[in-house]
Amino acid sequence: MSGPTVELTPDTPSSPPPAQPAAQPRPSVARRIMQHQLFWPVVALIALIILCGIKNPTFLTIELRDGNLFGQLVDIARMSATPLLLALGMALVIATGGIDLSVGAVMAISLAVSLTYLDGAANPGSVSTAAVAVLLGVAVALAAGLFNGFMVSVLGVQPFIATMILMVAGRGVAMLITQGQITTVTSAPFKFLGSGFVFGIPTPVIIALIMLVAVAILVRRTALGMLLESIGINREASRLAGVQSRNITWLVYIVCALLAGLAGIVYGAPTMAADANNIGLMKEMDAIMCVVLGGTALSGGKFYLSGTVVGALILSTIERAVVIFHIPSQITPLFKALVIIVVCVAQSPKLRELLRDGAAKLRPRALPEVAS
Amino acid sequence: MRHSKLGRIAVAAIATLSLATLTACGSDDPAPGSTGATSGGDKGGNIKVGFSQLGAESGWRTANTESIKANLTAENGFDLTFVDAQQKQENQIKALRDFIDQDVDIIAFSPVIETGWDEVLQDIKDAEIPLVLVDRTVDTTVEDPYVTWIGADFTQEGRTAGEWVKKNHPDAKIFELQGTMGSGAQTNRQEGFREVIGDNVIGEASGNFTRAEGKAAVEGALAAYPDMDLIFAHNDDMGLGAVEALEAAGKKPGVDVKIVTVDGVRDGLQALHDGKFNYVVECNPAFGNQLADLLRSVKAGETVPKETIVIDEAFDQTITQEFIDARTF
Repeated sequence: MSGPTVELTPDTPSSPPPAQPAAQPRPSVARRIMQHQLFWPVVALIALIILCGIKNPTFLTIELRDGNLFGQLVDIARMSATPLLLALGMALVIATGGIDLSVGAVMAISLAVSLTYLDGAANPGSVSTAAVAVLLGVAVALAAGLFNGFMVSVLGVQPFIATMILMVAGRGVAMLITQGQITTVTSAPFKFLGSGFVFGIPTPVIIALIMLVAVAILVRRTALGMLLESIGINREASRLAGVQSRNITWLVYIVCALLAGLAGIVYGAPTMAADANNIGLMKEMDAIMCVVLGGTALSGGKFYLSGTVVGALILSTIERAVVIFHIPSQITPLFKALVIIVVCVAQSPKLRELLRDGAAKLRPRALPEVAS
Repeated sequence: MRHSKLGRIAVAAIATLSLATLTACGSDDPAPGSTGATSGGDKGGNIKVGFSQLGAESGWRTANTESIKANLTAENGFDLTFVDAQQKQENQIKALRDFIDQDVDIIAFSPVIETGWDEVLQDIKDAEIPLVLVDRTVDTTVEDPYVTWIGADFTQEGRTAGEWVKKNHPDAKIFELQGTMGSGAQTNRQEGFREVIGDNVIGEASGNFTRAEGKAAVEGALAAYPDMDLIFAHNDDMGLGAVEALEAAGKKPGVDVKIVTVDGVRDGLQALHDGKFNYVVECNPAFGNQLADLLRSVKAGETVPKETIVIDEAFDQTITQEFIDARTF
């Protein structure tokens, strides 16, 4: 159990319940927990883990091998890194009422640029070359973010359409970079980003945690998070109130693309193969799902980073549970869909009202709406 | 393909399609990647062949292209116009129309997808140019659209792998690492394998033909099927992912858990030589010589079989390093 718990801790302080009005008659502790937007996602996650543990007790064991952590839960934490990186940026974009469909393609471009550079470099095994490769990949992601942000904030193109341009064209760009081939290289320091360990913890987990903390500080220790939400609620009103809507919107698309670029590098590093057709394919949907599973509404105006973390963990736990439960490959998509439907239904405000029952119904409150 | 998944929203689909045409920038060139058509200087007797390759999406495909180019040469009596479609159907249709205009003797192509060829196939038929399909097939309403198809028999590959397991490890507890669900290679390799030794398969999961997902599936399988002692992977890449997962878990691939794969790319054969794989069934891309013979027969007007199966080999750990180094793919 320590795998996921470790990931949750740093995020908890950064998620004060922003939606709850302060002046409320004190509900009981149990009820407060029940009504927290994280309650059902966390229950689903824990239930999944426990069920896997019952089905297969070794699922819960974490062992130390050569000073590094190993085990199914560690695998799940490592697998969660990519969707989490994507979902962090996506949560910010969604908070402003937008959406970024290009993250999967940006993953492919970044990895293609990094690996193509490494492929042509004189000494791909050196740390400095690998660092330049990473920087180049992230720089290209930055350019993608600038483009997306420009389309949305300056030209006022609908985010769905604006980012779809890169979603479709981006893979073409990645194919141009790799010339349609799957570029494979060998570089130990680059590979380390995907399959190495730092202090016994897998590198992708560390990278995702650092980014999580950075984003959390950026939006929750400054006013930025509140400004994002205000833009998501009413862009024009925020602008009139003195919020720099345009620049802030631009910024979130840049942050989202940067994180996507990093995700591409982390995802592709273990295999070191820039497969422009497949890297990040449909990952934008995974990212949106993580954000929504975490209780953030697609309508914008509100976002939960902690929920996003739980969403990413649920997603990779489902992925692993499929194997643990011996589910035949033909019906795995159905199984995944069922779990997600259950979580979304459990989060539905209507169902919560039914659960809350009676007197509590009289209290008006802003519940996070769940787009399911 | 991405379109269809988004297609739920009609508007989105339309927008996507219009964008897709936008991104096909540079498709104004008559034939992307065309290797100079020698329209004027026909040497007497050379067979004019128009070949449209679907793209270069994998190492396998590149090796396939190289083998075709190396065999359909002027010395061998061919006058080849080779066009790379860069995985776009519109490029491929354009190339096929160009071939008709050039009035080549034979058209050969590997279709990028199965459907949407009706019109151009009808045109080829009307022009009375014999058509040879390579590697993949088409789904069309045109009657008798092609004279012959040449490609690999995935079912036989699965059977070959199964027979080796049956002979050498009859009691194996097998975990099957499947390719992308529904692909021809996945369905048929599985079918052939299970025909022979299906009772020994204790678990399965899809690794989508990629190293990363193959590795993840085997990580799960190590807990889910602790007594598995053999992995059958539908391609080398997933097998290599399995090696990584096994090594990370402190098991010796090829010893504690045997690995049998299909494909035979160089990385896979290297793993075989290093003792991490136990058996590799080849899916041979280098069938340029077989294709050349076939084209000669078609040109001579001989009756050719409707299907020509590429000869696949299979390798065990006695494979030599020299053989691997000579491998072009």
